[in-house]
Amino acid sequence: MISNVLTSITQRLPDAVRDRLYDAVSQLAAGGALLVIILFLSIVSPDFLTADNLFNVGSQVAYTAVMAIGVTLVIITAGIDLSVGSVAALSGVLGVMMMGNLGLPVPLGILGGTLVGAGAGLVNGLLVSVAGLNPFIATLGMLTVARGLSYIVTDAVAVFGAPDSFRLLGQGVLAGGIPIPVLIIILVALAGYVVLNRTRLGRYAYAIGSNLEAARLSGIPVRRYLTSVYVISGALAGFGGMIAASRVASGQPNFGIGLELDVIAAVVIGGASLFGGQGTILGTLIGAFLIALIRNGSVLLDVNTYYQQIIIGVVIWLAVYWDQFRRKRLAAETE
Amino acid sequence: MSSAETERAPEPVIRLRNISKEFPGVLAVDEVDLDILPGEVHVVAGENGAGKSTLMKLLSQVERPSAGEIELSGAPVEFHGPRHAQNLGVAMVYQEFALAPDLSVAENLFMGREPGRFGFVNRRAETSEAGELLERVGLDLSPTRPVAGLTVAEQQRVEIAKALAIEAKVMILDEPTATLTEREIEELFGVIRSLTDEGIAVLYISHRLDEIFRIADRVTVMRDGKVVDTVPAGELDENKLVRMMVGREITDLYPKHEVEIKDVVLRATGICRGNVLKDCSFEMREGEILGFAGLVGAGRTELARAVFGADRIESGSIELDGREVAVGTPQRAIEAGIGYLTEDRKGEGLALQLGVDKNITLANLPASFGFIDLGAERRVAERQRERLDIRTPSIRRAVRMLSGGNQQKVVVARWLETKARILFFDEPTRGVDVGAKAEIFQLIGGLAEEGRAIVLISSYLPELLNMCDRILVMREGSVSGEISRNEFSEERVIALATGAEEAS
Repeated sequence: MISNVLTSITQRLPDAVRDRLYDAVSQLAAGGALLVIILFLSIVSPDFLTADNLFNVGSQVAYTAVMAIGVTLVIITAGIDLSVGSVAALSGVLGVMMMGNLGLPVPLGILGGTLVGAGAGLVNGLLVSVAGLNPFIATLGMLTVARGLSYIVTDAVAVFGAPDSFRLLGQGVLAGGIPIPVLIIILVALAGYVVLNRTRLGRYAYAIGSNLEAARLSGIPVRRYLTSVYVISGALAGFGGMIAASRVASGQPNFGIGLELDVIAAVVIGGASLFGGQGTILGTLIGAFLIALIRNGSVLLDVNTYYQQIIIGVVIWLAVYWDQFRRKRLAAETE
Repeated sequence: MSSAETERAPEPVIRLRNISKEFPGVLAVDEVDLDILPGEVHVVAGENGAGKSTLMKLLSQVERPSAGEIELSGAPVEFHGPRHAQNLGVAMVYQEFALAPDLSVAENLFMGREPGRFGFVNRRAETSEAGELLERVGLDLSPTRPVAGLTVAEQQRVEIAKALAIEAKVMILDEPTATLTEREIEELFGVIRSLTDEGIAVLYISHRLDEIFRIADRVTVMRDGKVVDTVPAGELDENKLVRMMVGREITDLYPKHEVEIKDVVLRATGICRGNVLKDCSFEMREGEILGFAGLVGAGRTELARAVFGADRIESGSIELDGREVAVGTPQRAIEAGIGYLTEDRKGEGLALQLGVDKNITLANLPASFGFIDLGAERRVAERQRERLDIRTPSIRRAVRMLSGGNQQKVVVARWLETKARILFFDEPTRGVDVGAKAEIFQLIGGLAEEGRAIVLISSYLPELLNMCDRILVMREGSVSGEISRNEFSEERVIALATGAEEAS
């Protein structure tokens, strides 16, 4: 029914507008869901629209969103990165140790942690593009390797000793009252948008994900670009790990167990296709906020955490179902 | 059909009365009447989007008609889905085969109808019945062997046997020869004939003209969802059929330009790759269209891919303008001015989800320091759209939504943007409408006229005989001969391609 109405509306639009509209529809769905949740929470929970709570959500979502932006790139190439949670933990502990044990200044510590992530990403990328491992397997391996390493270097206990100013990354507020984590989301998202839409790397990521052989036969150095995408994903996982470490002012070797699932869920809810060739930064951000708000709302409304899991699972089903439904319509119309 | 014929004609197995199928916004099948007689090969021809496939889906009850009636042996048929159609004896043999690769041939043949009781499968009965079915379709293989490892042609035969297993009265074959070699096609036609001899009606969907004349008893031409006419095959010729399919006169299917042929621009010598290419050599000249003829699997595509650097070669050299170059990868070939339009447009040529513009610029993205110049990209795409007359409402439209002919033009546009002077066209008209074919040949002729050197690979001989200046014939990975235009004949090419006669 709804679909018929939609079709009859869209058929009256000029084709160019219609094409763009189709691109936007899956995000509209997720974005609409996001608005509904915001509206709902602000009505039922007096605590929701408070500065404290919003700040809390913003800094909570920061590391998930940053990591999800990296994974968006990977998923666009028809790959997957399961290792981001473990890589974030490894980066967090090593970054904190660089500051605490080696005495590096905070910016270098953050950079160091990010580079650790990039290194893990490079290994992922080479395993995928040179050794030819399936991305699922390559990054599944990294998931356990990075986790193991982070326990080894810390003897499985949290590491401390970063200067106090390290807290700013995950907890600071700028002069205008803007939380630094929120600023980070905006900057990373903008950078991600530019990379995806304005650079060779982004274009080739879509091309590789859409049709790898066509990309290769068009002279695109597929291996190099595939590797780069995993490096970016690793670096952003590392950076996300530093944000998370900053929030607790310590490196936690057991941070982010299962986080990759939230991250991938955010990307998929945002309209990216696991078959590659599709995905946007805006969609991923919407997905990340949607998940964060479901968690936040459950806390505010005192919903049992186990129910949160169920709600998020159902949201993933709905998002992907809607996406498939939309594609089937599209296919039927073009036949 | 005259009334005298109608009286003599047997009762139709299937009769469609005023059948229509409407999809949102599209009338895919528009008040179609069609009679299928027992024991006939009835070809349904038409361009892409003419409604052939939808019509078949209505018959096999994959789709429910919006209006009209289907009668089977005189009795009206209710719509209950594909399974019901099968039970009534209407079997569909799909283009993409629906066999389970890890199960045995016999298990596939009886899937969902396993002989036996109480949930147990009587394997012995299954195997022996499978053996009989395989014999009827001319397949000499063990029913217990897994489907994985069968050739496409063999799998297709298994599909047909599957239709026999349900005692089909009508068998629908949708573009069955798309991926078959010439010899396999010959065998398939033999099997089809043996089916019709048993009284089974075969509905055959195709847009390959040569085949239509070889196999059809009657031809129904569809256009824009309507039946144009149903005609005995004997009363048709190529021109008439094309006119019916396209709806207008195509004066020249193969516009051949007169071009002065100049110097050798590319010389490939002694190209070897395993068993696939054995010591292959050829030359390409400026302004010349060189054809690669041969049976499927003779190494034509492989030779083109080797020169383009898409596959590694073991030995051999490539000279451009008299200088030896190391190609090795598509990237370097493109830099050297070589382009390759793959035979598998959707599988290897296009990023289907991406827009027309992005596909056009894929091999030569206007960018500096890694940043794309979006304005330049738009201008490039608009220019190519105009030049090649790519019919799309917007250059941002996903190429998936374009017709085959327009998709092919997008690929051509991509290679023109790389400034390629040497172009390999591998089956450029596959899946392209008759009308668009003439356009693509016009384009290829124009490119040669501009001084490009062109290789045209085609399995349809008339294309090569009409368009090429010279034809290189391949057989089993080797170059078996070369024929220049004034010596062209179908017989010579076939002789060289099959080895029936050594080059004299």
